[in-house]
This record gives sequence, C-alpha cells and structure tokens, in this order.
Amino acid sequence: MMLELDDVHTYYGESHALQGVTLQLAEGETVCLLGRNGAGKSTTLKSIIGLTPPRRGRVVFEGDEIQRRPAHRIARMGIGLVPEDRRIFPGLSVRENLDVAQRKRRGETPKWSIERIFDNYPMLAELANQDGATLSGGQQQMLAVARSLMTEPRLLLLDEPNEGLAPVIVKQIGALIDDLAATTTMLFTDQSVHFALKHAKRAYILEKGRIVHEADAAELREDTATQDRFLSVA
Amino acid sequence: MKNAIVLIVLAAVLAGLVALPWVAPYFYIFLGTEVLILGLFAASFNLVFGYSGMLSFGHAAFYGIGAYATALILLHLEWPFLACLVVAMGAGALLALVIGFLSVRLDEVYFAMLTLAFGMMVFAVAHQWRSVTNGSDGIAGFMLGDFAPGVDWSLGDPAVYYHVVLGVVVVAAAVLYLICRSSFGLILRAIRQNPERVSFCGLDVRRYRLAAFTVAGAFAGLSGALMAPFLRVASPEMLHWSMSAEPVLMSILGGTGYFLGPFFGAAIFVLLESWITGFTDAWMLVLGVMLALMVMFFRRGVLGTLLDWVQGNHD
Repeated sequence: MMLELDDVHTYYGESHALQGVTLQLAEGETVCLLGRNGAGKSTTLKSIIGLTPPRRGRVVFEGDEIQRRPAHRIARMGIGLVPEDRRIFPGLSVRENLDVAQRKRRGETPKWSIERIFDNYPMLAELANQDGATLSGGQQQMLAVARSLMTEPRLLLLDEPNEGLAPVIVKQIGALIDDLAATTTMLFTDQSVHFALKHAKRAYILEKGRIVHEADAAELREDTATQDRFLSVA
Repeated sequence: MKNAIVLIVLAAVLAGLVALPWVAPYFYIFLGTEVLILGLFAASFNLVFGYSGMLSFGHAAFYGIGAYATALILLHLEWPFLACLVVAMGAGALLALVIGFLSVRLDEVYFAMLTLAFGMMVFAVAHQWRSVTNGSDGIAGFMLGDFAPGVDWSLGDPAVYYHVVLGVVVVAAAVLYLICRSSFGLILRAIRQNPERVSFCGLDVRRYRLAAFTVAGAFAGLSGALMAPFLRVASPEMLHWSMSAEPVLMSILGGTGYFLGPFFGAAIFVLLESWITGFTDAWMLVLGVMLALMVMFFRRGVLGTLLDWVQGNHD
C-alpha cells in the first residue's frame, strides 16, 4: 500500500472532527472521498499532510509512519496538496508561485520544472508574469495544481478542485485529473458525486468523521440507495 | 521604459547625495548621515516586517550591539573602521540568531512581545554591566583611525564620514536588495501571505523566518556600527525599546511594500524632526498625527502613494 490511515482521530480544539478514519490507497490508484459538508473530507486530507495532525492513529506513507511529522517534511517525502478555494499566493506572479514550490535537490533530476509546466499547460505560460490575484477561478486552480506538481509529488491530494468553478472549467479540471492519474496516485474530495465517480476508480464515503462505505466507483454509480442514504442533501 | 525611468531617478538621487556636502549647508551633512544610517536600520527591519510579515519590537538590540561592538573595538583595540563594521555585522547576526531561534516559532502578537522582551533584556544588560558597558553613560572617548589598514581618509571630518557612510549604505542596500529579489526573498513574501501554504510546498517556514531575522540582524548591526562614531558614543538609549519603534514608524511612513520605502521613511522622519523642532517642541504630536493619517488613509506609505500618484492609478 502506498498510503494507509489506521484509526485516525483528529480534533479542532475540543471538536472531534475525525473519529477513527481507516483507508488505504495502492500506488497508481485514483480514489475520491465523498460525504456531506462537515463529514471530515478536508480534515482527512489535512491530517495526511500534517496541517491538522492527528491526535491518535497512524498515517503510513510508503512504509513510514508520518503522523507526527511537520507538514514541510511530509511534503518533501512526496505528498502534494491542492488546497480548497484554490489557495495560491496572491501578490506573487504565476512564475513566482511556481518558483516558491520548486524542489531544489542536488543530484536529482526533477521531473517537473517551470519550463515543463509551461510546455504542458500553455495557458499558464501566457500568464507567467501576471499577479496571481488577478487570475480567474479556473486559472487559479490550474496554477494551484501546477504548483503542487512542482513539489514532485508521488501522491497528490486535491481538496474540492471544482468548488465554485464554471461547468466548462470543471470539464477541464476533470481532463487534468484523468491526465495526471496516468502517472500519479491521487486522493481527492468533491461535492459533486457525479464528477467524483466519473474520474475516480474507487470511493470512500465519510459521515461524522468515520468511513461508512467503500466501493468501486462503477458500483457506487449504480447504487442509488447508498447515494441517497449518505450523500443526498435532503 | 519604466525601469529606465526608475534607474534615472535613482542615479539622480545618488548624484545629489554624493554632491550634498558641497552644495548644502554644513548642517545637512549631519542630517544626511543620520538619514542614511537610520534608513539602513529601517530597511533591515523591513526584511523581517514588510517581506516576511513578522512585526519585531526588538530590532534595536542588533543596532545597539553593533554600536557597542564598534565603540569597544575602537576604544580598546583601535582596529581599522572596516574591521569594526565586519565584527558589528557578525555580532548583530549572532544575537539575532539566538533571539530569533527562540522567537520565530511564535506568531503575530506573541512574536512581537517576545522580541520586545528580549530587546529589553539586552538593554538591561548594557545598562547594568558597568565594568564593560560603562552603564548609562555608554562608551565614549574612542577615536576613529584608518578606514582599512593603511587607508587613512581622516574619518573625523564630517564630510568624509558622510561619504564613507553613503558608500557603505549603498553597498549594503544593494546586497539587501539582491537578497530580497532572490528565490529566498520570494519565499519570504510567500510566507508573509500564507505560512501554511508554504509549509505544504515542502519548505520549513521556521528556518526561513530565522534566516531572514538573522540577515536583518546583521544589517542592523552594521547600521549601529556606522552610528556610534557619528554620535561619538554607544549608549543604552540605542538599545531602548523606543529605538525599536523607530524602524517600525519609518517603514510604515515610507511604505513597507517597497524596498526603498524605509529609506524614504527615515528621510521624512529625520528631516521633519529637525524642521518641526525648530519652531515647536510638539514634534511627537505632529509625528503621531502623521502616522495616524498614514495608517488610516495611505496604507502604502508616502513612497507608495507618491508612485501611485505618478503612475496615475488613484484608488
């Protein structure tokens, strides 16, 4: 297994946000986390990368327990995060946003460079010197994904990549996820069950900080009873 | 085109500064020296404040230790001035490394309070450790010798000293500017905007903050080293917490978002102080009103507001 969460408990102050989350990701998989607002989807991702460190339980990445490590060390081990609300650095240009995240390690040839990002995503190349704050929502999301790639992740965590984006942009983000899925292991959350099950191979459903259901994406697409029970807003 | 204009303006300002002793009244040599030194002090502070987003209230500690190091060396060892500058930078950096190591782990008001507390401790040491620091009288009676071994520029002449200060400050500002423009400076700006985002990009925020704090300490030490021979004394007032407030005020006055903002702020501060105290004792009242107006209406500082006005984007 590339990533294993074993009975992870995370608190915000006294609020018990994750109440024993257990899940696994094999290398190369694309998995989505579903659940209603406040179910603990974002907190699960933040607990993996150390932004909200778990109080109990284990997070194992490629055989190493990482639940006690600071976020920057976890990121360096090969876990990238695309945070919700497209959190880029406003006030820095597109190129500078990428530069900040660039891994500079001696003796290793990085897979991603600013030039390679610009080759793959020409839209960002055109915006290279533009202030991040002036980008549209879709452009910011592209930049947030590109920035996370600069950290050379083997596991990519995407938190609500489509939140507040126009349908045409959502399509582009879907294509981007499919494209990255060929080379990177991914765990993402999404409000749209339709979108998530289209692009993921497997799904976990969270409710009140616990995993309540696990299924293949194809299976869950047909299983409207389960969808109604855990995911409908009504 | 825009860059060319900036370069021309900078060159003109620099030429004016070089020519100052020959064209301006004698008194302005002293004001100019003070502006340059305090400008460097404020610019070093702004690396921590404007670039990294940490409000330090203890920056005078590094300025003061630079001044004391210089005064003690000149008094006891009579080394050339250039050696004093190097030692003062090292002393400022070392003290900043220690204070920073203990402070940068805290955020916001806690960081500000901790740096203030350490600053007051350094002041207390200088004030009480009479055998070394001469207590509240400070260290005086030292003589400036050569600038470098065998280079005697008669530093005692105010005009010469002004030119030496100008040269040192220009070189130091250039180095500081290159640091701000480097990848390191970029990461500091990113940290100011959001430390969490920087951490999941794989960068140790604490280490970068400490590095910025230490570099700032070195340049503050350098400014203190220039100030001691100018005042002919290194005294505990240079370490007082009110001295730590000056670079804060100067940076905000000039504009924290611009590299030259703190220099601009220092110039306004020193010149206004000198003019206003000429006809009223209420200099602090005037300064207070100005600062309140700046913070309420002109957040970008005098330099920022001026540049906006020149470029015609009023907002």
